[in-house]
Formats: sequence, structure tokens, C-alpha cells
Amino acid sequence: MSKESLGGSAAGATRLSVLKTYKLYVGGKFPRSESGRVYEVTDSKGKWLANAPLSSRKDARDAVVAARKAFGGWSGATAYNRGQILYRVAEMLEGRREQFVREVADAEGLSKSKAAAVVDATVDRWVWYAGWTDKITQVVGGANPVAGPFFNLSTPEPTGVVTVIAPQESSFLGLVSVVAPVIAAGNTAVVIASEKAPLPALSLGEVLATSDVPGGVVNVLSGNTRELALPLAAHQDVNGIDLAGADADLAKDLEIAAADNLKRVLRPQAVDTDADFTTPPGTHRLTTFLETKTVWHPTGSLGASGGSY
Amino acid sequence: MPTTTPPPGKAALTGTPFADVTASATTLRRFLHGLPGVDTVGLEARAAALGTRSIKTTAKAYAIDLAISMIDLTTLEGADTAGKVRALGAKAVHPDPTDRTTPKTAAVCVYPDMVATAKEAVADSGVKVASVATAFPAGRAALAVKLADVRDAVAAGADEIDMVIDRGAFLAGDFMKVYEEIVAVKEASGQARLKVIFETGELSTYDNIRRASWIGMLAGADFIKTSTGKVGVNATPANTLLMLEAVRDFRAQTGVQVGVKPAGGIRTSKDALKFLVLVNETAGADWLDNHWFRFGASSLLNDLLMQRQKLATGRYSGPDYVTVD
Repeated sequence: MSKESLGGSAAGATRLSVLKTYKLYVGGKFPRSESGRVYEVTDSKGKWLANAPLSSRKDARDAVVAARKAFGGWSGATAYNRGQILYRVAEMLEGRREQFVREVADAEGLSKSKAAAVVDATVDRWVWYAGWTDKITQVVGGANPVAGPFFNLSTPEPTGVVTVIAPQESSFLGLVSVVAPVIAAGNTAVVIASEKAPLPALSLGEVLATSDVPGGVVNVLSGNTRELALPLAAHQDVNGIDLAGADADLAKDLEIAAADNLKRVLRPQAVDTDADFTTPPGTHRLTTFLETKTVWHPTGSLGASGGSY
Repeated sequence: MPTTTPPPGKAALTGTPFADVTASATTLRRFLHGLPGVDTVGLEARAAALGTRSIKTTAKAYAIDLAISMIDLTTLEGADTAGKVRALGAKAVHPDPTDRTTPKTAAVCVYPDMVATAKEAVADSGVKVASVATAFPAGRAALAVKLADVRDAVAAGADEIDMVIDRGAFLAGDFMKVYEEIVAVKEASGQARLKVIFETGELSTYDNIRRASWIGMLAGADFIKTSTGKVGVNATPANTLLMLEAVRDFRAQTGVQVGVKPAGGIRTSKDALKFLVLVNETAGADWLDNHWFRFGASSLLNDLLMQRQKLATGRYSGPDYVTVD
């Protein structure tokens, strides 16, 4: 039996390329765009890399439904459990290192060694946020001294479904730097990948699908940023929006649309526009999409009679 | 538009090809087994094909309002309280309090002991009160008990009675018993319109659904209804299509129009619109009215309201903007 018939490639014969169909990641599944549209993704030199789905606003709507459905379970999971799951994501990223180095190098026009450094930094960033899940409460919450017979406790709670417009330039490190804090805090996310370099984001979906992150916690859409961001900013069931990847014009329009249901808005930060995600991020992004709940719990003596619980 | 029809029942069938069908158990059985067999593949393909229609903009707005006006807003739980029924009644009258142009639902559907409460809640709004009866949902009780159940509901003011057929008798081939029970309930219902629930999920075959539809119509049902919503398989496009064909054929041959009510499992606007397409393409536009077609549903209404808000404002709505029932 010849080698070819076993599926191997004989020396000298050109092997047919097996091209990857990049798909969206919504609700734990990998659908194509409901619209059936795709667009060409090229590398930094204009060479064709792949076709990515050109999502429509209906895909965005479906993603919100998936994110809302996942919110109860994800926000209700213990912080420790969320941390474990996010750490698992970092493990899976590490296992796909070669793939991400290639994709990041293509997307951002980096040399292989520079791309490798970016991927390493990304995995480290993910681990860093994974560690924060069960610590952020102690940092931003606490017991408040009040002038009365009450325990007064403040605890941070996740905001809800958050739309994340991923940075346009930093297709992987930037992406993870904005997505990880949102889900580490217990929110669920609808992510609009970088318009011109969406492939690392779509591949990240594959990583998330294999690392115990419940379906719908992160939903990745690729396509025209403006087309997707506007309906999401206006969507009444989205509770927050991170404008990291929006240019000044778009950011303004989105803020106006988001005002309708008083969404929490994170304006583009100086660090986002410089595409410099290499500096240590701090907890700012973690705390943006947290709401502080304060409870008053009666304690001690009640009234003049001195009775107590 | 509602058309006036002669009161259904045996008298209405005099002079039609079906005058003698119900003379005896034998003639009824012969008739029902003589009905053409259902082409399962064809039926499902047709239902699926009609489900692919794209309905947008003004047509969608019309369909959503029509669907809202066709809903029998239902709560049939052991845990139903008077408060819950009152809330349901208020919702039926003003489905979207933020937009008073929203049509009312057709009816609220409750258990017999909640009829008086429901009646009070909808008052003179025009929303009807439907009551399930006849030992719903199983239907496993003596005829006398079932009839007492019906009389109770009617006495409490129910405008419509939703009865269940005796599936045990039907599956055992005792069609006459099923028929006579429907006739008796129809009589006990008096002025109330009678909806006959077949529980299609328990009838096993499409042929059985067709036979049950004909028994119901022959016995004088005002509506034939797919399911109780209490079993695994409820209304599907295919079984509803089959029942729509039955009411179409029945009117063609007797001049008597019978309504159809799919119930259970219809949760999204998209599904509801698919059913409306089935109605229009099968029975015809005469049935596109809440006098002749209903949805037995509860969560469907919220989805329709969210879609309605989306059409009105251009923004996707969310569950925060409709009631939690």
C-alpha cells in the first residue's frame, strides 16, 4: 500500500492545505454569522490570512441572550471557583502557544520572538487576573463604621452583561487585558474583536470552550466594530460597555446610545489608545464593572429597654 | 373577522355528509378509520417550509399585535394564588403599561377555583376568562365529576371552558366514549365556548391527531386545542398544521367554523409568527382573529412585548422591561 493512500504525504508531493474556518463563539457554540457574511482578514502586509465572519446585529442580540443566560451561574459561582477556571484558561493558552504566536505575528506584523513575548505576557496577564477573583472583595469591600447598632457591610457585585470593544491594535494582549478583568469580576461579556485582526480573538473562543468556562460567559463576535457596537450600546439588556477599541467618534456615539439605560461606561484609557498593554494594569478594570452593595444588619441593644437579640 | 356560524352540535350537522357518522360506535369508528392517512414526512416538511418565511417591519408589527391579541394568558400551577391571578389579569388588560397602544390579550386561562378572582381582575375590559375543567390535566375522573367541574367554572363566570379528552378511552379505541363526553361537556358549558384539548403528545401518531380533531369537531367543539402544556411534547408546527387542515376541511364540508389553539412550548415571537403563517396559509385569513385562533402561553407574551418595544424604539429590549410572572 502506498503512503498516499494512508493519508500521508509522499516526499515531493505538495500537500493540500487544510484551511481553518474561523467562526464566532456564542453561548459555548461556534456558529457562523446569522447573516452568512464573511470578510477577508489580511496580515500586516495585506496578504490574505482567512475569512472571518462579518457578524450582524442579530448575532450581537443572540450573544446578549447567551450572556444573560450565563450570568446567573457565573456570578453565582464562588470567587475561588472562578479563579480556578480562569487559571485553567491560562493553562490551555499555554498549550496553544505556537498557534497564538503565529496568529499574533501575522496579525500585528511582529517577528516570531516578539510575538512569543506578547503571547507570554498575555498568559501571564490572564493568570494575574485569575488570582484577583477571590481578593478583589477584600480590597474594595469591607465593614464600615457607622453611628448606630448595625453591622454595615459593603460588598462588590458584578454589574451584569458587559459589552467589550476589544482594542484594535493589540489583537491578543489587548484583548485579554480587557476581557479577563470583566469576567474575573463575575460579569459575562460580549466581545467585539479587533476589526482588522480578529483571528486571535476567535481562537481564544476555542480555548475558552475547552477550559471549563461555562458557555455564554464570553461571547466573541468579529465584524464591523461600528455596526456591532451601536446596537449593543443601545441594548437595554446590556449593563455596561468598555469602549477600549472605539475611536473618538465612535466612542461619543456609543456613550450617547448607552445613556438610555444608564449603562456603566468605561471610556477609552490613555493606555488603550497607545496600544500599550505591557505595563502592569492595576485593578481599575476589575473594579469598573462592580457595583457596591451595602447592607445594614441590626446588632447590639435595641431601644431604651436594653433588649438585644 | 369573526363570522357568525350556526351553533355547533348535532343539529348543525343535519344535511351534511356527517349527519349519520355519530349514530353508533361502529359508524364513528368506520368514519374515523376512513379518514385519509397523514403523510408524516410531507406534513413535517410543509410545516418546516412555512416556518422559513421572513416577516419584517410593518408586517411584523401587525403580526406581533395580532399574536398578543390571540394569547390566552395562562397560569395553571398548584401554587397559583389569588394575587398571582390578579396580577395575570392586570397584565392581560394592559400587557405593556408603558405603551397603552398594546392590544389586550384574548383571555386569561386559570383553574376553576380561580375563575371568580380572574373575572374580577379583568372586569369589563373585554378580556375573557377561560377555565380548564374536566379534571385537567389528566382527565382521569368520573363523568359526573368532570361535569360538576365544568358547571362550577361556568357558574363562577367562565366565558370559555378548556376540557381534556379521555386519552385512555381514545387510545383504547373507544371513540364513542370520547365523543359522548365532549357532547355532555358542551351541554354543561352552556353559553361558554368549549375548547377541546387532545394532548397531542400522548396520541402517538398524526393519524390519531386527525381522528381526535374530527371527533372534537363532530361533537360540537368551538375550539380544538393541542395540549395541556403539562407533558413533554406540546404544540408543534406540524400537529397544529394538521389541526388547521381539519378545521379547514370541516368548514368546507359543513359550513361550521371551528377555532384552533396551540398551547405549550411556544415561547418566542419567532415561533408565534410561524404559527400565524401556518394559519394564513392553511385555514386562511378567516382564522386570523382571536375568535378563531389562540395561543395558550405565558412566557410568549413577554417576548412579544420585547419585540414590540424593539420595533417602537429601535433598541433591543430586555427582561428588565417586562414583568416577572
